[in-house]
Amino acid sequence: MTGGAPILSRRTGFFFLLPSLGFVSLFILFPFVWVFYLSFTNQTLTGVTAIQSRLVGLANYQRLLDFETWMTSGQFGNALRISAQFVVGSALIGQALLGLAIAWAFYRWRGAFREIVYTLVILAWIIPDVVVAFTWMAFLDRDRGTLNAILQLLRLAPVDWLIQQPVLSIIIFNTWRGTAFSMLLFSSALATIPPSYLESAEVAGASGWQKFRDIILPLIRSHILTDIILITLWTFNTFTPFLITGGGPAFKSELVSIYTFRIAFQFFEFGRGGAIAVAMMLINLVLALTYLTILRRQGVRT
Amino acid sequence: MARIMLENVTRRFGLVIAVDNVSLPIIDGEFFALLGPSGCGKTTTLRLIAGLEVPTAGRVHIGDRDVTGLPPRERDVAMVFQDYALYPHMTILDNVGYPLKVRGVGRREIRERVGEVAGFLQIAELLERRPAQLSGGQQQRAAVARAVVHKPQVFLFDEPLSNLDAKLRLEARGFLKHLQHELGITTVYVTHDQAEALALADRIAIMNQGRIIQVGTPLEVYRRPQTTFVAGFIGNPPMNLVPCRLEVGVEAAHLVGTTFRLDLTSLRDRLALTLRDDEEVILGIRPEHLTFCGQGDPFAIPAETYAIQPLGAECVVILLVDSTTLSVRLFTGEPPQQTGRVWVGVNPERILVYRKSGELVLG
Repeated sequence: MTGGAPILSRRTGFFFLLPSLGFVSLFILFPFVWVFYLSFTNQTLTGVTAIQSRLVGLANYQRLLDFETWMTSGQFGNALRISAQFVVGSALIGQALLGLAIAWAFYRWRGAFREIVYTLVILAWIIPDVVVAFTWMAFLDRDRGTLNAILQLLRLAPVDWLIQQPVLSIIIFNTWRGTAFSMLLFSSALATIPPSYLESAEVAGASGWQKFRDIILPLIRSHILTDIILITLWTFNTFTPFLITGGGPAFKSELVSIYTFRIAFQFFEFGRGGAIAVAMMLINLVLALTYLTILRRQGVRT
Repeated sequence: MARIMLENVTRRFGLVIAVDNVSLPIIDGEFFALLGPSGCGKTTTLRLIAGLEVPTAGRVHIGDRDVTGLPPRERDVAMVFQDYALYPHMTILDNVGYPLKVRGVGRREIRERVGEVAGFLQIAELLERRPAQLSGGQQQRAAVARAVVHKPQVFLFDEPLSNLDAKLRLEARGFLKHLQHELGITTVYVTHDQAEALALADRIAIMNQGRIIQVGTPLEVYRRPQTTFVAGFIGNPPMNLVPCRLEVGVEAAHLVGTTFRLDLTSLRDRLALTLRDDEEVILGIRPEHLTFCGQGDPFAIPAETYAIQPLGAECVVILLVDSTTLSVRLFTGEPPQQTGRVWVGVNPERILVYRKSGELVLG
């Protein structure tokens, strides 16, 4: 689209944009600014401060970052730690690594088995959240769960997964849930590599690992980074684990997203909730900027 | 250096037989070309030698070893791919040195040996660049350098010149032949370009539909093509093939076309040995063995000029004989003086006679 007169004048074009601009402002821009404002107030839903809220400056943020108590359970630091475990475990190790492994395993493999695996993985990705959450609760249930039934068949003691291993449970759940995206992204990245690259490496004497390290990895590096950016942000913000563990027991699986929800919509402390939301956004921003900087540096090099 | 031996090798892909019971000894140190139209199985044959394909049946030997089940990296071969397969993220130095790197050779020695090969292949000043910064010809040299660098026993080329333009291709031909001569490494070279095969190879195998039709030196396959397929594939323009009928009497023999009757009495005994009287045959004659002549010539065929192609050193004239075409090659370069209705004389010493089914019976 270079040169040539635009079909519409600038003014008419703007006129056409107005409706969507209106919606974006109403539903995204305004709430964003409002949350930002709220985070500096003691606004609540009920009680005196519901009617007579006032600006409290940085008090909400100070409370968030009160380093004496913040690692105790049910506090921000604790939620942050669990979120970090969750992101590293389910996004980086789980989805990215597993997705890459599946894509690599089925690279140049056409046939029914690949189609079945891909279909199952994608199916796990497209089923609605609520359905998936109930399926997993049924799977992990202590008394009538499928997993414990299997364990008993193997003569192993049943485990109360949601109580004894809540973080591990949601990590495995989220890996299962989201691997499809990484798998699809990596398998399309691998498809762009000419087979002759690998064949020539093979003839040159490279082992399977050498081929992967020297040829595949450098060629899909930018895809890996893109994948990691996206799934890190998605995983950090996801709320679905709430449907399985509710953040419990005793805040043991309370992610930052769940913590925000609890403060804002269960305790109805909008001011504090706003502060957490803003903090979350800042963390997202830092993560995204870090990855983008690395990506840009990679882009310059190759 | 090593000889290569294919023993009754077959490769099937589902219902398709890509390579059909091929047996082929390739002599130590020779430049061997696999020639044929696309889809004839020549590349699959090469990949079977490389180990990139496993034969459905048969054995592959390199040197004294049976390598049938071995992966490529244990065969000590090197291959140059049609697209060169240079890794875009590596410099030319790293590309060329890669076979050494995976063999655990140290950085300093890699640099040294790559430098040596690069000097020989005239890419020494390009080592710090990436493949995308090289011209087609330079990329091809870099790919050859990567194949040469670890001194393999066998050299495999898969149409390495087909991505170059015509002028570079001729240049690279000379360079490859010289290189192979210098190194003396057994080389198998796949091409669909008959001129390339003739120019480069010590011996050529012509393949069609997964089978080897003929193996021989360039002159052998050019002079005595064993089938009409080979005759029509080799040479530019290819051999003239004219359907005729053979008349063998007690004393005389004639080749009879729709518009001509050639006296082959001198060959009567040899013809009578394998062919019946009144049998349909195909007359094969190279364009350079036809000359313009007068009507009285006993080996003259009446024809109509169709197109004249002066090529400088030679002149190719296309003639129409009834419904078939005949090419005539004139080495003087001068176009024929007469056009329209002409007579061309067949050199009877150079005549080849094929059965209607295509195999050579006389020549």
